Amino acid sequence: MYRYDQYDQAMVDARVEEFRDQARRRLEGKLTEDQFKPLRLMNGLYLQLHAYMLRVAIPYGTLDARQLEMLADIADKYDRGYGHFTTRQNIQYNWIKLDDCADALADLATVEMHAIQTSGNCIRNISSDHFAGAAADEVVDPRPYAELMRQWSSFHPEFTYLPRKFKIAVIASEKDRAAMRLHDIGVRIVQRDGAIGAEFYAGGGMGRTPMIAPLIRDFVPIDQFITYAEACLRVYNRYGRRDNKYKARIKILVHELGAAEYIRQVEEEFAHMLSVGVEPPREELERIKAFFAPPPFVSSEVETQSLSTMLEANGGQGSAFGQWVRRNTHAHKAPGYVSAVISLKPAGGIPGDATSEQMRVVARLAREYSFDELRVMHTQNLLLPHVAIADLPAVWQALDAAGLGAANMDTIEDIIACPGLDYCSLANARSIPLAQRISERFAETGRTEVVGELKLKISGCINACGHHHAGHIGILGVDKKGTENYQLSLGGSEAEDVSLAKITGPGFDEDGVIAAVEKVTDVYLASRAEGERFLDTYRRIGMEPFKEALYG
Amino acid sequence: MGNARDLGTSPDEVQFRFRDDEPVDHAAVTVDSCCDQTNATAVRIEPGDDARVLLPFLDRLALVEVNFPVFGDGRGYSAARILREAGYTGELRAVGDVLIDQLSHMRRCGFDSFAPDKRLDEEDAMRAFATWENVYQRAADARRTIADKRHEA
Ligand code: HEM
Ligand code: SF4
Repeated sequence: MYRYDQYDQAMVDARVEEFRDQARRRLEGKLTEDQFKPLRLMNGLYLQLHAYMLRVAIPYGTLDARQLEMLADIADKYDRGYGHFTTRQNIQYNWIKLDDCADALADLATVEMHAIQTSGNCIRNISSDHFAGAAADEVVDPRPYAELMRQWSSFHPEFTYLPRKFKIAVIASEKDRAAMRLHDIGVRIVQRDGAIGAEFYAGGGMGRTPMIAPLIRDFVPIDQFITYAEACLRVYNRYGRRDNKYKARIKILVHELGAAEYIRQVEEEFAHMLSVGVEPPREELERIKAFFAPPPFVSSEVETQSLSTMLEANGGQGSAFGQWVRRNTHAHKAPGYVSAVISLKPAGGIPGDATSEQMRVVARLAREYSFDELRVMHTQNLLLPHVAIADLPAVWQALDAAGLGAANMDTIEDIIACPGLDYCSLANARSIPLAQRISERFAETGRTEVVGELKLKISGCINACGHHHAGHIGILGVDKKGTENYQLSLGGSEAEDVSLAKITGPGFDEDGVIAAVEKVTDVYLASRAEGERFLDTYRRIGMEPFKEALYG
Repeated sequence: MGNARDLGTSPDEVQFRFRDDEPVDHAAVTVDSCCDQTNATAVRIEPGDDARVLLPFLDRLALVEVNFPVFGDGRGYSAARILREAGYTGELRAVGDVLIDQLSHMRRCGFDSFAPDKRLDEEDAMRAFATWENVYQRAADARRTIADKRHEA
């Protein structure tokens, strides 16, 4: 895992002091709220419906036990004993007091953490594949490249007052587990003729005008990686729209110019930037890579165990443990290991919430069973990336005892939901209670298992924080004459088969939309061919049969 | 754009200056006029202007003002770097809604004088200029970056 040196630490410490000073000037009346707002936003401090929210960055979703324990302590000390993990691999606290904020940031700095650039019109925390460094299918570990970008984008002097927020994701396999093409810039690290380079996509995003990012370059040599990113950002900073907040994201620029023209401008700027020399020295990437060296896996055949042998010895496939192993573990590049998903989606629970006690349990498990490493997933779950198969029974028992044993990864219970009307001042409708009712319903009727992979995503308004455009089933809260109403859409995906969901038709009230979700799963179960997921069936048979069932 | 003589800040309005030469003390012209007028030595860039149209005239310019009508419009940061990257060595002045918390970034982008609409608290400003002992990126100020320092032989 990456470790700060004295420079990284000094940068974060300086930022805490800077924020303390800004808060002081705000209190002394030297800064107006308008002037203070972008400064507090750049330190992750949002004003919500009831209180301030603090968003803490978890760069590319990787953290260690000590850091998670600090997140638990902060939840106890400054919040109400819990935190909320987000779709961009961050954690949010919903009940922070302005007076406490600088102290919370100082506590975070002691474990190499911060809230820098987690909001505001700047380059946000870089996200990545949650299985990075563990996945059997990756070309390389994408995190060193994400770390290089983290350093480049932190306190960037030219790109701190962009037209709008800017989100970057970096992955390194064909499979996309980071919604890469729904980011302002998506990067896929690739190998060509033995050389490492980067594919760049630009102009993706959700919000009110969802767009899938087009490919803008199929290979940027790795020793020009930062230079190319700088060129992309400069063109956006100069020409992105600033007249209308809803048209200010890079997706609108790329769309209005056309990808070809945006590419032309970037290439021109890139050629110029190469002559300026902004690329960090080559040795820096090598230095960073050393931090991400694989942990010392046990590799001899005697000591590693196969999944099937282990399962047989522990109650078999059908046991609760067996189901969890089947659902929540993922193939690892080292023999005898898997990655184990810790679901923060208990049936009837609040998606992505974890109590401080749960965080401490997970931290202990990471220390004991996963080389002191943890991940936050974009699906709002946690992950132990490197678990020896032989240790799975012990891990599961501890998780189950802490209420973290749900075997529902990528099922309809694994819902992504935004905070919605329970917290958010922009919301039209509640998201969390709806997610709770749907997961409860499907768990009770036993449908979850029958239906299999089905990604359901809920946003409380058109801003799409809950990724509803990218859900196999998406639900959007709309305001209908002052009452909460929900629009249903089908066929989205944020993965490598990326697509945007289409609206089924008129909306529903809360009970109605739950019934509607059940009806569309009925259609799927009646029509599915062997091996088809909900999404595959939808793509094969189209919208009509679903409409017929809903409105016919 | 009205009367060119009205445009620009006078040396009196400059609160911070990191140069030793004599400041230009006549009015600036707009970017459009600058391209037409062969004798203009001071010009003022608005956020929507393309700084690159000035590149042919850099030799005769002694002052470029970059206007920030609102601090949240960051186009002026790119304008400043573009001029420095092209070798402009004259005065580069940030004017308008220039606030304490933008000073250090502006300095990194190549600004070497500051004429804020509202005078800033001197002490707060000095602290702001000194905030970052080290920097991650290469920019217009030619400071050695953290990565450079990590790998110096
Ligand atoms: C409750 C406080 C929140 C507010 C006020 C808020 C506000 C917004 C707004 C205004 C947008 C649209 C931006 C645009 O289209 O330019 C947005 C997008 C987004 N937000 Fe939030 N948000 C909040 C919480 C969250 C949470 C908790 C998450 C993660 C679970 C989240 C994740 C996202 C994502 C992924 C997007 C889509 C980015 C895109 O447009 O491509 N937000 N948010
Ligand atoms: S989608 Fe809308 S309701 Fe939900 S968190 Fe975002 S802004 Fe708030």
